Amino acid sequence: MNTAQNTGDALLSLKNISLSFGGVKALTDISFDILKGEIRAIIGPNGAGKSSMLNVINGFYHPQQGEVWFNGSLRGPLKPHEIARQGIARTFQNIALFKGMSTLDNLMTGRITKMNTNIFWQAIWKGKAEKEELEHREKVEHIIDFLEIQAIRKTPVGRLPYGLQKRVELGRALAAESKLLLLDEPMAGMNVEEKEDMCRFVLDVHEEFGTTIALIEHDMGVVMDIADRVVVLDYGKKIGDGYPDDVRADQNVIDAYLGVSHD
Amino acid sequence: MSPMILNTIEVILNGLMAGVMYALVALGFVLIFKASGIFNYAQGVMALFAALTLVGFQTGQVPFSHLINVVFGTNYHHWSSGINSFLAILLTMLVMVGLAWLVERVVLRHLVNQEQIILFMATIGLAFFMEGLGDLMWGANIKVLDVGLPSGGSFWWEDVTREWASEGSEYYGMYIDVLDVWAAGIAIVLVIALTIFSQYTKTGRALRAVADDHQAALTVGISLRTIWVVVWSIAGFVALVAGIMWGSKSGIQFSLSLIALKALPVLILGGFTSIPGAIIGGLIIGVGEKLFEFGIGPLIGGATENWFAYVLALIFLMFRPQGLFGDKIIERV
Repeated sequence: MNTAQNTGDALLSLKNISLSFGGVKALTDISFDILKGEIRAIIGPNGAGKSSMLNVINGFYHPQQGEVWFNGSLRGPLKPHEIARQGIARTFQNIALFKGMSTLDNLMTGRITKMNTNIFWQAIWKGKAEKEELEHREKVEHIIDFLEIQAIRKTPVGRLPYGLQKRVELGRALAAESKLLLLDEPMAGMNVEEKEDMCRFVLDVHEEFGTTIALIEHDMGVVMDIADRVVVLDYGKKIGDGYPDDVRADQNVIDAYLGVSHD
Repeated sequence: MSPMILNTIEVILNGLMAGVMYALVALGFVLIFKASGIFNYAQGVMALFAALTLVGFQTGQVPFSHLINVVFGTNYHHWSSGINSFLAILLTMLVMVGLAWLVERVVLRHLVNQEQIILFMATIGLAFFMEGLGDLMWGANIKVLDVGLPSGGSFWWEDVTREWASEGSEYYGMYIDVLDVWAAGIAIVLVIALTIFSQYTKTGRALRAVADDHQAALTVGISLRTIWVVVWSIAGFVALVAGIMWGSKSGIQFSLSLIALKALPVLILGGFTSIPGAIIGGLIIGVGEKLFEFGIGPLIGGATENWFAYVLALIFLMFRPQGLFGDKIIERV
C-alpha cells in the first residue's frame, strides 16, 4: 500500500538470529530486514516467537547467535534504555503504561530521550530546564491532538478503558519520535470499531511522521490491509517472507495457520 | 480556659512537632520503597552518618584520624579549626551522593531481580556497615551539632498563652521549643519542594515512571541505575535534613539510628508508598503517643512512649494492612 515511501535502504537487519532459554529454542536462525519507511508485519500462530523477536529488537533479550544491524551499523549488546535512545520505541501486548500518571505525563515521559538538561537546572526549574519543558509540552500536545485524546489529558491512565490505554501507549511511543516503532498486537482485545480507529492511527502515523513500523498482529485482515511486507514465524522459525498477497498464497503459511501436523 | 485544656493543647502541639521528626525519617523510606521496592533498613543510619559527617566537616576533624594515628604513630585530629556550616552542609550532601553511587555500584547492581527479602537483608548489612564506618571515620563520642538554628523555649509563646488561662488559676504558659517549630517549617518546605520536583521535571517524572513500571521505564529510555542513584541521593538528602534536626535536638549519638525503628509504625499507618501518608502517619504517632502518655501514662506507670506507636501499628495492621494512603492490595486467586 504505502510502498511509495520505501527508500530501499534497510533500517534494521536481523542476521541469523538464534535465541534460546536453557534448552528451549525460542528463535532459530532468523533473518529479515525492515526497510526505511515501510510497515512490516510479523505474524504467526501463538508461541511462534513473535514477541521474542520484538524483545530481541528492543534489547530485552540478547540472542546467543546472530547480528542486529540498526541504521547502518552493527549493534553491540546494549541495554533496553540505550536502544531506546538510539531511536527504537515500542508498545506492549499487555500494555505497560505508567498507570498512576496522567496521559500528559505518560507522553512527556515518552520524550525523555529528547530532553537533556541536567538535574541541577531541573531542581531550580530555571533557564534551560523551564524552556525545555515548554518546548516538549508543545510537541506532546500535538500528539494528543493527533490521537484525539484531549479529553483525557489529565486522567490517570490506570482509570481509562482498555482501548484508550492502548491509544495512550501508542502516543507515548510516538512522543519519542523514534526511527523505528515496534507495536506488539496494537489491536488485540479490541472491538471492530476500536480496531478500525487503531488501523487509521497507525496508517496516519506512518503517513504524517514517515515512521518505520514493525507490528505484530493476529488479525489477518488487518495485516493484509496495512502492511507493506509480512514475515511469518512458526515454532521459532521463519516460514514466509514477502508481500501480503504472496504470503497469503504460500502453502507453508496456510499449513501453519490451519494446523497441519508436524512430522 | 482552664489549665487542663491548655495543658492538653500543649501536649498536642508537642506531639505534632515530634511527629514531624518521625515523618522526616519515614519520608526517606517511602522515597526508596516507591522507586525500587526496597525497604531500606539503613535509612536511620544514613541520618546518623550524615549528621556525623556534617559535624566532622564543621569542626574540621580529620576522617579516620584514629585509624591513621594508630597505624602511622602520628597525632592528627583536626585539619582546621572548623568551616562554615553552610559549606559543611554542601560537602556532606556531596558525600551522601557519593554514598548513593557506591550503594548502587556495590550492592544494588548485583541484586537486580532478587527477592525483596534479599534486598532487605542487604540493607540491614548496609546499616551495620555504615554505623561502623561512621564510628571509624569520626569517632564514637557524643557530638554537639549546631548549625545556627535557634533553640530553647519560646518566651513569647509562654507569655501569650499565660494570658489565656482563666483568672486566678496557676498557669505559667506553654512550653514550645523553637527548634521544633523550625524543624516543622523545614519539613513542610522539603515536602513541597519534593512534590514540585517530582511533578514538573524530567527526572521527577522518570522517578515516578520507574516507581510505576520498570519494564515500561526501560523502553522509553530511562536508565534504572541512574534513577537508583538519584533516589538514594534524594533519600540521603532527606536523611541529612533529619540528621540535622535530630542532632540539633538531642546531640549526635549512635542511638540516633534507632529512630529509624519509630518510622516503621509511621509507615504502617501511612502506607509504604505514600508521601502524604508518611507525613500524616508521623503526626498521628507523634500526637497519639504524647496524648496517651499525658492522659493514661500516669495510671499505668508511664514510659508508654516506648511502645505506644508499635501497639497502634499492630492494631492498624489488623484492619487496614495497606495503611491509610497506601495502594490497596488486591490479588487475584
